[in-house]
Amino acid sequence: MQTWTTDSAQFQPASDQSLLVYFGQQITVVAHQRVRKLLRLLEREPIAGVRNLNPAYCSILISFNALQLSHGDLEEILRGYLDRLDAMQIPEERELQIPVCYGAEFGPDLNEVAALHGMTPAQAIELHASVTYVVYFLGFVPGFAYLGELPEALATPRLDSPRRSTPPGSVGIAGNQTGVYPFATPGGWRLIGCTPIAMFRPNREAMSFLSIGDRVRFTPISAARFAAMENA
Amino acid sequence: MSTIQVQAPGLQTTVQDLGRNGFGPIGVSPSGAADPISLRLGNRLVSNDESAPGLEVMLIGGTFVFPEGAILALTGSDFGAMLDDVRLKEGTSAEVQPGQTLRLGPTSSGARCYVCVHGGIAVTSFLGSASTHILSGLGGFGGRALRKGDVLRIGSATKPFRKRTIAPHALEHLSRRNVLRVTPGPQVDWFSESSLRSFYVGAYRVGEQSNRMGLRLEGASVTQRGAGEMITEGVSLGAIQVPAGGLPIILFVEQQTTGGYPKIANVISADLHRVGQLRPRDEIRFEQVTFDKARSLLIEQEKLLVSRELILA
Repeated sequence: MQTWTTDSAQFQPASDQSLLVYFGQQITVVAHQRVRKLLRLLEREPIAGVRNLNPAYCSILISFNALQLSHGDLEEILRGYLDRLDAMQIPEERELQIPVCYGAEFGPDLNEVAALHGMTPAQAIELHASVTYVVYFLGFVPGFAYLGELPEALATPRLDSPRRSTPPGSVGIAGNQTGVYPFATPGGWRLIGCTPIAMFRPNREAMSFLSIGDRVRFTPISAARFAAMENA
Repeated sequence: MSTIQVQAPGLQTTVQDLGRNGFGPIGVSPSGAADPISLRLGNRLVSNDESAPGLEVMLIGGTFVFPEGAILALTGSDFGAMLDDVRLKEGTSAEVQPGQTLRLGPTSSGARCYVCVHGGIAVTSFLGSASTHILSGLGGFGGRALRKGDVLRIGSATKPFRKRTIAPHALEHLSRRNVLRVTPGPQVDWFSESSLRSFYVGAYRVGEQSNRMGLRLEGASVTQRGAGEMITEGVSLGAIQVPAGGLPIILFVEQQTTGGYPKIANVISADLHRVGQLRPRDEIRFEQVTFDKARSLLIEQEKLLVSRELILA
């Protein structure tokens, strides 16, 4: 059922109205760059009949109107797009800061996460705020960015039973990923802090605070600063 | 300007159209009517564009007053609708006189019915659509299900009332079925032969926890061959994902846009509207078809939906 293109992208029907394009089966910078390039090309030169694009770590799900296109039609058009990927330019990455109030009621799992790794909560905070993360893609719910890589010393499995609801702005970690919950949603990531920044706001020009490809750093702030920013 | 006053909202009544496409890159799923065919038919009965916003009513209906009157149609499942003291049939348009009240009871068939009014329900569009996305509180009427006391505006109406009815043969074709046809999911190879067999042979019950995000199924658990770790990827509408516990979940209109569980199968497009009519505790089975078959079933269905004989004047 799977077919290969010359460019080692792999096509896989996901449903009768969608096709997955894989750039390998590993989370790598190269795969991420190819995802961004194909996404940009598909946004700039939309294919008639394509309804939606869902980029992820090393794949894009392309949903289409099956009355207009078949998997075969779409694959043929996509081969032409894939041949042009190498020549595609992607915009320079933005660098953004996300202020975070760590621990206590802002990050109820911080102490446990620190203990799991035999460090103090302060060390866990320092580590989380020590690196620049890449926004691999946005998914799950509006404005939720999958950020990587978490320093290996902080990599922590998901909670055994997900919370029914996480407060909006909660900063979580899962495996070697980290992210911010934009809405009160169910969630299994371990919560270590909270940001006063609205990750998704419909009345803002850029609804989502983060975009695919952005570089992100977390900066620790006090509870007082959190309250001041939240009310600003 | 005409309005609808919500006297009792029902269990979960939301404004829906055919959804918003194209915002996957910022994590926004299409949402939209759970049974889009019923919404399209309802809109045709009241001379609207097929994609006009209507009310989606789930399991238990509410009470709605029309102070200025309206032309309306009910489609989908039978909620025992009464216009004042006259029984209103599904699949037929009707003229509501100023001050009349529409009362919907609990469903006696599927999960949802649609209330379409000539002119459509007027709400502020979010990303090009009137659809409510409940989880993120976006779109529709205040991003939420209706509450007692809400007042909805009806879009401007232009056409005179003409009674219309859906042809019985069309309703027959679109009626509820407990067998959902599926195509193989992108990770179908991850599941053992015996798991696949029990998935297709056994019956599943729709769980109580089901909603517009997904339908949780109870029945034979499906196990994966190995303990592979999946890389999160985009998920399609109607994908049947299998979390570690082995009980499948059908991802639905308000689905998460990406996910990390393997998908064993995917409901075909021509049967998605049937998923929107499933109630908790309904029993369903799955039947596998090829991608070509799925596509020809969709084309056949669409032919019926756009045919002139569908709506009887």
